[in-house]
Amino acid sequence: MTLAQFWFLLIAIVWTGFFVLEGFDLGVGMLHGVLGRDDAGRRTAINTIGPLWDGNEVWLVVAGAAMFAAFPGWYATMFSGFYLAVVLLLAALIARGISFEYRGKRDSPSWRSTFDGLLTGGSLLVPLLIGVALGDLLHGLPINASQEYTGSFWNLLQPYGLFTGITLVILCVVHGATFIALKTSDDLRATAGALSRRTAPAAAIVLIGWVIWTHAISGKGVLPNPVEVIAVLALFAAAWLVHDGREGWAFATTTAAMALTVLSIFSELYPRVMISSTSSAYNLTIRNTASPSYTLKVMTIVVAIFLPIVLAYTAWTYYVFRRRISVTDIKAHSGD
Amino acid sequence: MDKLDLARWQFAATSINHFFFVPVTIGLAFLTALLQTAWYRTTKPEYLRLTRFFGVLLVINVAVGVVTGLVQEFQFGMNWSAYSRLVGNIFGVPLAMEGLIAFFLESTFLGLWIFGWDKLPRGVHLATIWCVGAGTILSAMTILMAKSWMQHPVGYTMVRGKPQLNDIWAVMTNPVFLWGFTHVILDSIVTGCVVMLAVSAWQLRKGGASKEIFGRSARLSIGLLVPVLALDMFIGSELGVIEARYQPMKIAAAEAQWQTCQPCSFSLFQIGGGNNDHTPTQIIEVPHVLSILATNSWNGRVVGLTPLQNQYSAKYGPGNYVPNVFIQYWAMRGMAYVASLALLVGLWGLWLMRRKQVPTSRAFLWCATWMVIAPFLMNTAGWLLTESGRQPWAVQGIMLTKNGVSPSVTATDLWISVVGFGLIYTAIAVLDAVLMVRYGRRELTPAPALAAEDREAGEPARVPSVLY
Repeated sequence: MTLAQFWFLLIAIVWTGFFVLEGFDLGVGMLHGVLGRDDAGRRTAINTIGPLWDGNEVWLVVAGAAMFAAFPGWYATMFSGFYLAVVLLLAALIARGISFEYRGKRDSPSWRSTFDGLLTGGSLLVPLLIGVALGDLLHGLPINASQEYTGSFWNLLQPYGLFTGITLVILCVVHGATFIALKTSDDLRATAGALSRRTAPAAAIVLIGWVIWTHAISGKGVLPNPVEVIAVLALFAAAWLVHDGREGWAFATTTAAMALTVLSIFSELYPRVMISSTSSAYNLTIRNTASPSYTLKVMTIVVAIFLPIVLAYTAWTYYVFRRRISVTDIKAHSGD
Repeated sequence: MDKLDLARWQFAATSINHFFFVPVTIGLAFLTALLQTAWYRTTKPEYLRLTRFFGVLLVINVAVGVVTGLVQEFQFGMNWSAYSRLVGNIFGVPLAMEGLIAFFLESTFLGLWIFGWDKLPRGVHLATIWCVGAGTILSAMTILMAKSWMQHPVGYTMVRGKPQLNDIWAVMTNPVFLWGFTHVILDSIVTGCVVMLAVSAWQLRKGGASKEIFGRSARLSIGLLVPVLALDMFIGSELGVIEARYQPMKIAAAEAQWQTCQPCSFSLFQIGGGNNDHTPTQIIEVPHVLSILATNSWNGRVVGLTPLQNQYSAKYGPGNYVPNVFIQYWAMRGMAYVASLALLVGLWGLWLMRRKQVPTSRAFLWCATWMVIAPFLMNTAGWLLTESGRQPWAVQGIMLTKNGVSPSVTATDLWISVVGFGLIYTAIAVLDAVLMVRYGRRELTPAPALAAEDREAGEPARVPSVLY
């Protein structure tokens, strides 16, 4: 494996990490209004991810920055080509990030419902827009010989891209509902569990559709590969496990479904990084967008040292906040 | 306005806005960690109450710093794709390091700190706030490494007209970076001290039950402010010498010095000036001061803008290589004068501290409250001085800013994002300011009740956690 291939793999893993970790935060953000009956319920839902979401979002920043350093051509074409979509994405991320911190800062229903709305909308838009972008990478966009995007905003909104976005949104919903069921007690746990149980099979069906469509555009025949089969089966298993009250295992299965779906996008792309619908000769590939090997070596050393440290303290954080929280706790605490 | 202007306006506006919040975060994280350390060592409840109080201000501010930082991260690819393509293999490296080394640390440990009060042993919980502080400093470190490379590119070779990284160590020991990083960190601590002092002064003026306690935070911030600011001003002037060596245009423009001089005097004010007025009226010229500021020697020579322009045209081809002289001249003075004023207020505070009169001197408390504006003026002026002074280059000597713009992005796209981000940034800046003032004026919350089992065990406190 060349260093450039290794970095492609690493970037695929970082995007997967983002969707696995921030995926449930996004799901919780979308669902907190639906699942929490009153303010205390909504607060409880938000507080399941309170200590975690900020660190999880860093995976997105690292994905972007790693593309910048390791594949400057990819980063430059993608972020300038997806221009208005990135503006929207940033607006959604800003709205979401602000809502977490500011929602509880005033004891007024209209203040809180404003931030509830921003949190829900932002959390919905983020996976949708990134999903559209990832789908577009695979489906192909007008790109010319000098690696410049030549389309407009509307070229980004093609059916396959949109469907990839919807697929990721639904996966985030299931993942988030399962997480709330895992991290709460009382009836919030029951409501979230019921939602997860009902949406998981629906997500599995959407995922089957996405797999078929992906196979159709890449011309690989209709038979799914084992990775895709496992992703779909994992979602059915999630529904069954939640029903059994085994939320920990259910969360492991939604994690697997999410991870395998995102990884399969990148494995379909390989060895390209952006497909040109203008001509396959203009495809952006690992080879024609990568940084020189010295840069990749430096970055590899940095990752080898720091990624294990990051993973260790991230794991420790999840261990520290392993306990379920309850609406009663939150109510008892409402002084702060 | 054309694409270049729009992209530059957007970058300037978002960066300046981002840099309102970043120094507050770095400074307050450090000061909050100090307060919590004081509580850890003395177990006096007043330190705990102060930690919680300023911790809330820190968290309000971090949120805005983080989300505005996201835009910074993606903006290079969005508006400056030609730039990103050319130098990503160098400039991207410190950015990627920032994510991995700094952001994870800062974000993860901030979560642990906010929500971990009742879940972590006291010592471990104290360590989490220090990790947050370390994360903010590492973030400044990596970003200044990247930024300094634009000022003074090092550690690369040109391969087929493109710069390629060949020595990361040179990038990490770039003198512009080492001095610039020190300058920014000290400046951030100054910013944190001024904010803490302003809040404490307001609380002291108001009186109330927690007067005694805010006296402590006032003394802490004054005691730290004076030496750190003095050191910061020294480092800043040394940074000027370094930059004058690599970017002579920058320093010549900061004095509006069109002709070469030796020795060079420093004008306190000028009337007129700018890029089209080569003979502004200089008011109160202090001899030798510019020589010292630019070269560290009494009779140092400063090459003027006109000979530099001729030199650059011969080297890089025809073009205008003079930065905006008006901005340079006034940004430098704005920064230096406001810092001097802040130092004077700090010294006044020290003098009052010796006489134990800080809480009673209405005039001082009034000045200290309003001084909260000072660091924001200073930071913005400093940012303009260094970044506007780099123009017309994106990377000094390698790429002109006008060649860095994204070819595929249209002026309409840019208008949408300039207006969109303009509205969003204004809204969150207002929101942040309103919440900072609101929470800065709140009564100090009483010391949290200790959990019974902790008291029996002789442990000082398991403090209840903060929640969203």
